[in-house]
Amino acid sequence: MRKPAGAPRRRLSLSSREAIWAYAFLLIPLAFFLFFRLWPAVQSLRLSFFTWHVDPEQRVFIGLQYYREMAANIAAKGDLYKALRNMLYYFLIVVFGQVALGLFSAVLLDSVRRLRGLFRAIYFAPYVTPAAAVAWVWGWMYSVNFGIFNKFLSDWSDLVTSIGLPWLAVDPQPFLTSPKQALVAVAAVVVWQQLGFQVVIFLAGLQGIPRTMLEAAAIDGANGWQRFWSITFPLLNPVLVFSLVISTISTLQMFDQVQNINFTDQGGPLGSTLTIALYMYQQAFQKFRIGYAAAVTVLLFVIIMIVTLVQLRLTQRKVEY
Amino acid sequence: MKRFLILLAVMLGVGIGAAQTTITYWQYDYKTRVDAMTQLIAQFEAANPDIKVVQETFPYDGYQQQVAASLPAGQGADVAQLFYGWLPTWQRAGYVIPLPEQYFDAAELDTNFAPLVQAAKVDGTWYGLPTAVRSLALFYNADMLKDAGYDAPPATWEEFVEIAEALTEKQGSRFVQVGYGFAPNGQDHHLLREVLFRQFGGAPYSDDNSKVTYDSEAGVAALTFYTDWVTKYGFAVPEFVPGNNGYRDGFRQLQNIAMIVDGSFAIGDVRKVDFNWGVTELPVRADNGIKSNFGSFFMNALTPNAAKDPAKLEAASKFLKFVTSDDAMKLWLDVVGELPASRTLIADPELAADPIYGPFVRALDYAHATVFVDETGQRDVLIDAINEVVLQGTSPAVALKEAAAAEQLLLDANR
Repeated sequence: MRKPAGAPRRRLSLSSREAIWAYAFLLIPLAFFLFFRLWPAVQSLRLSFFTWHVDPEQRVFIGLQYYREMAANIAAKGDLYKALRNMLYYFLIVVFGQVALGLFSAVLLDSVRRLRGLFRAIYFAPYVTPAAAVAWVWGWMYSVNFGIFNKFLSDWSDLVTSIGLPWLAVDPQPFLTSPKQALVAVAAVVVWQQLGFQVVIFLAGLQGIPRTMLEAAAIDGANGWQRFWSITFPLLNPVLVFSLVISTISTLQMFDQVQNINFTDQGGPLGSTLTIALYMYQQAFQKFRIGYAAAVTVLLFVIIMIVTLVQLRLTQRKVEY
Repeated sequence: MKRFLILLAVMLGVGIGAAQTTITYWQYDYKTRVDAMTQLIAQFEAANPDIKVVQETFPYDGYQQQVAASLPAGQGADVAQLFYGWLPTWQRAGYVIPLPEQYFDAAELDTNFAPLVQAAKVDGTWYGLPTAVRSLALFYNADMLKDAGYDAPPATWEEFVEIAEALTEKQGSRFVQVGYGFAPNGQDHHLLREVLFRQFGGAPYSDDNSKVTYDSEAGVAALTFYTDWVTKYGFAVPEFVPGNNGYRDGFRQLQNIAMIVDGSFAIGDVRKVDFNWGVTELPVRADNGIKSNFGSFFMNALTPNAAKDPAKLEAASKFLKFVTSDDAMKLWLDVVGELPASRTLIADPELAADPIYGPFVRALDYAHATVFVDETGQRDVLIDAINEVVLQGTSPAVALKEAAAAEQLLLDANR
């Protein structure tokens, strides 16, 4: 029999071993994050300082020239300016529309006991439908001459005229071909499509609220509205923050719906529905100005970061359970 | 020994197999064009057993995106098809390479190809070649015209307006049928730029293409005439049938559009409709009779991938030569309907007399291929001008002035 040489091997404590394993497992997502998220972002920043060419050796360093071009475009109220202005409108309509309607629908669904799964599926179905298909169908529904909305409007107008109330008649609306209406029409599609996601998030939040609190308040004589404002809403705060941030980020990255719905031109009539992501796409893949498009992505990144930080700041409250 | 010989034979076999060069061909997805190319590839491979050609296609809207993303990674096409108007953008970013002199004789190309094809050059260097060229013409639904009491299509714009008005039907405030398929983002921006501006006595650009010249009295008259179809006569409706191809769908499938302006590439598909149709040269103005048209083409070019090794470059050049040969052009004409790009074939009197191809062939004599520097940007400028007038009620003079200023910036920036 051989004698063990040297000092006996020191065994790691259980907690150390657990920590090592935890970090080992964390390495995989970390590596994924570094290589597939952070590295491309850094590359895109680097790219924004160079002119584009297929051959990397022929890319010329131009410093901040693309950033100056973006500033000039905004100053001259060019396409980038339009995209930024549109993003603000999208943000106001889509984010608040989604969060308010999502919360409202979730509260209603929460009080329904039967067929809850079915309702949830109905709300969620648009969310999992491909954006291109959604855009195509809505494009037809919005059609001036063949769309269901205008059919409804003209039937309504015929009805009110026939009963002697012509002042209630509404003319057919151009929707997507009107520079004034196109953005709202697209925003409505996005709210409709993503509502299901918000509903599911809020439902989960609502179900996490202890029933005992609501029951106690009811016994104390609080009505439904008071229970919502004083108990449900404050306790939903973490979910609300999450929902707001996610909705903001996806709205600021809006692309599919605007790219696929039909207008008189890409990005809406007279650029009225253009988004930053679509503007970037056009620069990169239609004009092959990938360096400039990279500079636009940096701008988009900065905007999303600032908006998200501001939102987190404004909505961060300590929640006592 | 026997085992060794078998092994040697297998290795030699593998060696021979490996000597085959594979090249990749990319084009956008359009059924008749893909069919034609599939047939051409089969012929080419039969004649060149050492070369294999893989054809890959992409939806039109995503085609340039695929090219832009793949080539920098050294992936994708060795031979790619592109619209001639995209050439300046592709060339600046290095997505196409000059045609190699050892396989292509520049002087020969100058003689063989129709003059229009000179637009495949950048600074005097050939960057690619087309199989076919196209021009515009007026497609009409002969049944609809006949029902309205017209035996012949319009020859002048005045007749066009009269017929289009007669063929427009409304129910209450909504249109159910229109005389003309209004499509500024289809072929109509070309119609305005190269046809109407000239027919009204102006020109879109200076002779050296460095200055925008349509901001003139003639230009304003042309834009007014075109937008009047919507605002004054009411026989054209923006997005009447939804979709980028709405005007074609309305003409071919829904049969609620009586006339459209489209390219010869549409012939292959229009043939499949089940109503009587015809095609005629674009109308002229009765008072001056000036004819003008827009000529264009999709070209096949070699990408930097093809230049990676000499065998590939040779195979890709051979393939490019084959698909732009006279025989390939004849096949393309039959399957797609686009006109041959070679001088001799296009001069065939039989072709010029053909009731379908004739109007397009004759138009090539007076067609202009716009020299673009930024096709997308220049296209958007005119579409915006049209939209300003028909959607916003801006006066044509103001809209055109803004468009000219915006387009001049594009020309200046890319020179």
